[in-house]
Amino acid sequence: MAFISSGYNPDKPMENRITDIGPKKYDEFYPPVIKNNKGKWLYHEILEPGVLVHVSETGDEVYSIRVGGARIMSVSHIREICDIADKHCDGHLRFTTRNNIEFMVDSKDKVEPLKKDLASRKFDGGSFKFPIGGTGAGVTNIVHTQGWIHCHTPATDASGPVKATMDVLFDDFQNMRLPAQLRVSLACCLNMCGAVHCSDIAILGYHRKPPMLDHEYLDKMCEIPLAIAACPTAAIKPAKVELADGTKVNSVSVNEPRCMFCGNCYTMCPAMPLADDVGDGIVIMAGGKVSNRITAPKFSKVVVAFLPNNAPRWPETTDCIKKIVEAYAAGANKYERVGEWAERIGWERFFEKCEIEFTHHLIDDFRDPAYYTWRHTTQFKF
Amino acid sequence: MAKHETPLLDQLESGPWPSFVSDLKQEAKSRKDNKKGLDYQIPVDVCEDLLGVLELSFKHGRTHWKHGGIVGVFGYGGGVIGRYCDQPKMFPGVAHFHTMRVNQPAGKFYTTEYLRQLCDLWEFRGSGITNMHGSTGDIILLGTTTPQLEEIFWTLTHDMNQDLGGSGSNLRTPSDCVGEARCEWSCYDTQAICHALTVEYQDELHRPAFPYKFKFKFDGCPNCCVASIARADISFVGTWRDNIRIDQEAVKAYVGGEIPPNGGSHAGRDWGPFDIQKEVIGLCPTNCMWMEGKELKIEDRECTRCMHCINVMPRALRIGEDRGCSMLVGAKAPILDGAQMGSLLVPFIKVEEPYDEIKEVIESIWDYWMEEGKNRERLGELMKRQGFQRLLEMTNIKPVPQHVQEPRHNPYIFWKEDEVEGGFDRDVNEFRKHHLR
Repeated sequence: MAFISSGYNPDKPMENRITDIGPKKYDEFYPPVIKNNKGKWLYHEILEPGVLVHVSETGDEVYSIRVGGARIMSVSHIREICDIADKHCDGHLRFTTRNNIEFMVDSKDKVEPLKKDLASRKFDGGSFKFPIGGTGAGVTNIVHTQGWIHCHTPATDASGPVKATMDVLFDDFQNMRLPAQLRVSLACCLNMCGAVHCSDIAILGYHRKPPMLDHEYLDKMCEIPLAIAACPTAAIKPAKVELADGTKVNSVSVNEPRCMFCGNCYTMCPAMPLADDVGDGIVIMAGGKVSNRITAPKFSKVVVAFLPNNAPRWPETTDCIKKIVEAYAAGANKYERVGEWAERIGWERFFEKCEIEFTHHLIDDFRDPAYYTWRHTTQFKF
Repeated sequence: MAKHETPLLDQLESGPWPSFVSDLKQEAKSRKDNKKGLDYQIPVDVCEDLLGVLELSFKHGRTHWKHGGIVGVFGYGGGVIGRYCDQPKMFPGVAHFHTMRVNQPAGKFYTTEYLRQLCDLWEFRGSGITNMHGSTGDIILLGTTTPQLEEIFWTLTHDMNQDLGGSGSNLRTPSDCVGEARCEWSCYDTQAICHALTVEYQDELHRPAFPYKFKFKFDGCPNCCVASIARADISFVGTWRDNIRIDQEAVKAYVGGEIPPNGGSHAGRDWGPFDIQKEVIGLCPTNCMWMEGKELKIEDRECTRCMHCINVMPRALRIGEDRGCSMLVGAKAPILDGAQMGSLLVPFIKVEEPYDEIKEVIESIWDYWMEEGKNRERLGELMKRQGFQRLLEMTNIKPVPQHVQEPRHNPYIFWKEDEVEGGFDRDVNEFRKHHLR
């Protein structure tokens, strides 16, 4: 391959340089029906799973067909999305916050041909390219992070467990039988690029072994004070270490019982890796939400302390999630989110109904907020 | 014949949900076939090596990516994340595999013309693999080599009028919900302010000068579809301060079963006939609604705008007309000191161009945080360390009961000297005249 210049001149980087122009302006991309009715929408209705109509005070209607997508997308796949949008939607589309794609048309007669086209497209391996769904009282797409495909700190993969989970929950992506919407999220480590801490069900990658110490290289690869400062529990101290050949080097020591395996030290110091095939795995959290509807937004609570990274399909994780979803579907009142249901019946009942064993790991012992999660009343259920 | 055997990944091709493995294989084949005769600027087998290294991670149960080095485009401190494979000899195609964050348009509407342009660029100068989109909101271009970074930036800025997003200790790319563009509940134009502030604060976005990351997110209403309240250092959540608009005829239609409740979202199960008492009035968190005959009444002064009744009866109930947003601050994920939800700082503010009042709040928060925040300390952590009062003081906002869930549980008030009559300076000898040692 020969290097082909875009026009950039490395000898004169500032020549004709354009910077700080920001994103494209949103309204360049609006379909006409959106441009004409922005701020004038009266109401909407979900006509069937994955199909919404919004009705404007002008009398205009926009029909949105929502389809799921793997967050990882090739340009071939995006071009296919463009082909569909060119054919049915005059070259417009949008993505949602949860990695769904929305194809919008301005009249009802355009809906069926579009749906048929979308549903007919499959990958060579057999999976749907554009499954229609993700609306209303069901499961929508999982928001997630990079995992093993691109990140340096993950304790689990992202795309793999997401694919496995969505295969198991697929019926609920295309149905609206649940008491309310159910949001599943995945973050492949505690950094939570995906902010899963307020999801109905969160899948969280977690390390369980303290960092290994690459003493010979630590002082060369890292700023030792930064590694020490990075530890939230002050478990890392400076240390002089004698290597096997007798040379003494500056390094660190880790007070292992104080380690909470957050990996923040590794973020600051690559000579302190935590990753481990059996140490790493998945924490399941449940009962969070971000909506202010009826009750205040809630954090997700840890309901399973550890499940193994059993690639490629993480069966322990998907089984656990399926159990929670089924218990919730059977027990919650209409409009009740997972967390609201758990609070109404009591967490002791939640564990019983979801057939999850309660262990000491689930009792908070991290700093002040822990106390507020213990039970301070004689009211409990047997 | 694939370059690497991928027996574990192959098992993720079955099942109904779109398989990223099938998609990666499709791209690998497209590059190999190269029907357009492109002179690919990074290795042609990049997707095959990506599948190979991922298969190895599935086998090992560990990632094979190293820390990023310092790579980027000239003059910017963010927007590019360096990424190197820890088995470069086995997978030379992904030995250097840097990410570029491309600032998405507010609302994430696109034309196919734009997306095709982006695809052409990324196929030619990158792996052809993207995330649509990353968690923060950017278009993520996954995997290119260092020499291509400036070339891609040049094409983006010169040919596509498109800039990079944020990364590192700076303003991260702001993002928003669909807003007024296609939602009847949006209390302000989320796209307009998201775009305006992104453009206004380009310097803060591209050149890291903050203690740590800082996020803006714009939710048009308290349903919080972009989860601003859980993850933004400043969340802008739409609200109103007058009355919910009621269409009594539509209320009757809901009660009569002519319109499906909650926009038809519960159609997958027979929940029985709609019961306004049980499903709306009885679930209202403030009990501020009741029926008078066939009319629905709301004591709006007691309403906390939770959206439930509006969500259930979108054709009968509409958001008020005196709209703006609430600003909550300090939300973050658990690293390091535990997760924090946004805390209400500005109960109501108008969201109108040129957003001067809002910018004033933002900039006073930044001044405070940049002065007092420690390295890698999020705003929420600083607030916990120094107290909410300090934030009110620094932003010059008057304390109101709306700021708290409930008053403090202890009387350990840090009285300031100027709050106490006579100050703290006293004469112990004068005291001892009346109180013997």
